[in-house]
Parts: sequence; structure tokens; C-alpha cells
Amino acid sequence: MISLAHYIVLGAVLFCIAVAGLFINRKNVIVLLMSIELMLLAVNMNFVAFSRFLGDVSGQVFVFFILTVAAAEAAVGLAILVLLFRTRSTINIADIDSMKG
Amino acid sequence: MNPQTLQLICFYAFSLVTVASALSVITLKNTVHAVLALVLTFFSAACLWMLLDAEFLALALVVVYVGAVMVLFLFVVMMLDIDLEKMHEGFVKFLPVGVIVAVVMLVEMLGLIGVRAMHAHDLGVDPAAVTGVSNTAWLGQALYTKFLLPFEVAALVLTVGLVAAVALTLRERRGARYESASRQVRVDPRDRVRIVKMDAVRPSSASADEGTAGESKP
Repeated sequence: MISLAHYIVLGAVLFCIAVAGLFINRKNVIVLLMSIELMLLAVNMNFVAFSRFLGDVSGQVFVFFILTVAAAEAAVGLAILVLLFRTRSTINIADIDSMKG
Repeated sequence: MNPQTLQLICFYAFSLVTVASALSVITLKNTVHAVLALVLTFFSAACLWMLLDAEFLALALVVVYVGAVMVLFLFVVMMLDIDLEKMHEGFVKFLPVGVIVAVVMLVEMLGLIGVRAMHAHDLGVDPAAVTGVSNTAWLGQALYTKFLLPFEVAALVLTVGLVAAVALTLRERRGARYESASRQVRVDPRDRVRIVKMDAVRPSSASADEGTAGESKP
């Protein structure tokens, strides 16, 4: 029988994978963006699970808003990425240091 | 077979696919493959949400993420000419740090969750089914009454995101010829053509045919 712990543990595992992805893919901005999407998915998993097990609709409504914001964030992030590639012809994080003091 | 056992088997199968594809998202060398692995992750996560009777959100995840956001990612990845070798060079160097941080975080989280205590909550009846409506109606009733203002703000966020994405990537090409729409609309025909009234003049050396044709016109 599925319990709440199953989903919470799955969310934790997904979140940790995403954090590891942020660490080991320091060069590639696209993979960093995808890791952030994975983190949001892990959080959404917890929200859906709690909403279902506690019988409260607010959790699922919140997932709806997170999906909205994540879609807007992906659109703007990718637009910035395209702009960055157009002006500097690289998406390597190490090369993007012009704001460094 | 007991339906609850079947549910548990489905949960383990889908979560195995989710975790495996999430791992391949962060380890695959080719970014296009990583995006496709992320699509698989989202899809199996949607299946897991289906198991929790969250049908609307599961389908929204498939439509919004797999259908729109991931295609956007794929477009961008394929449009940019990325040097894969160079992108991957820090991988081995940062691998131990990443793994250590992730494992420590996972252990802390699992300790915090307290797996045994959570087993008390088992999957009861669907809260939407208790009220006698479908999951979509349950969600919609809350969304359009209690959460109406946040819902409108979400629409605003999407609009701002759309405008921002277009404004960021729109580039003005130097030397290209454009039509200014507002100037075209503002054109007054009187600036272009001036109609002047004047008397008909009969040329003295013209032939008779031309003369009659000229006279018949008003």
C-alpha cells in the first residue's frame, strides 16, 4: 500500500539529484536550467502528495501556480540564454564573468 | 491481484523510471539527450501523480511541460552551436563534490522525514470523490473562488513572461528597410494627390477624334 512516505522520499531523492546536477554541470547553463526544473518537480511531487493524503485542495492549487511560474521562468531564462549566446557566442558559465569586480 | 499491491508495484516502477531518467539528465554528455531524458522524467512523474488521483495536474504537466517547455528547450539546444567537449570538461572534477553534497542532503532529509512515522498515513479515499465531483471540478472550484486573485496574477505572470521573452530576443537589424505601420496609417491622401479644378482646353492642332473624346468626359 502506498503511503505518504513513499512520495516524500521520492521527492527528496529527485531534489538531491537536481542539487548534484547543479554541482557537476557547472559549465552548461542549459543543464543548470534543467536541474532547476527538476527541483521544482520534486517540490511539486511533495505538494501533490500532501494535498492527496491530507485531503486539502490548496496543495494542488499551489502546484498549478508553480507550473505557471516555472513555465514563465523557463521562457525568460531561455530568452536570456539565446541573447547571451548571440552577443558572446558561448554559454560557458566560466566565460560569463564580465560583472566580476 | 490485490489492487493496492498493484498500485504499489506501479509506484515502484514509475519512480524507478523517474529516478533513472533524472540521473541521466545530469550525467548525459549530449544536451539533446539530456532534454529527452527530462521529458521522460516529467512523463513518469505525471504517471505518479495519476496514481494520486491528481488527474488534472498530471495532464497539465504533460501538456505544459512535455508539450511546451521541453520543446522550447529542444529548440534552444538545437539552435545554439555548443562545444560539447568543452561543456563537459569539469564533470569529473566536480563529481565527488556533487555526489557528497547530494548524499549528505538526502540522508539529512530522510532523517528529518522519519520514514517510519509517515507510514501511519495511508492512501485513503480520494478527497475529490468524497465531495462527489471529479478532480478537475474539485480543483476548479477552489481556483475560481478562493484563489481567484492569485489565478489572475498567474495569468499576468505568463503575459509578462511572454512580452519579456519577445523583448529580450527581438533584435533590430541595421540597414534593413522597414515599413512604419503607424506612419502608414497616419497618411492623409491630401498630402499625396492634389486635385485641381481647371477649364477644359481644346488644343488648336489636335485631330477631330481626340477633340470629341476629350469633350465627352465631364
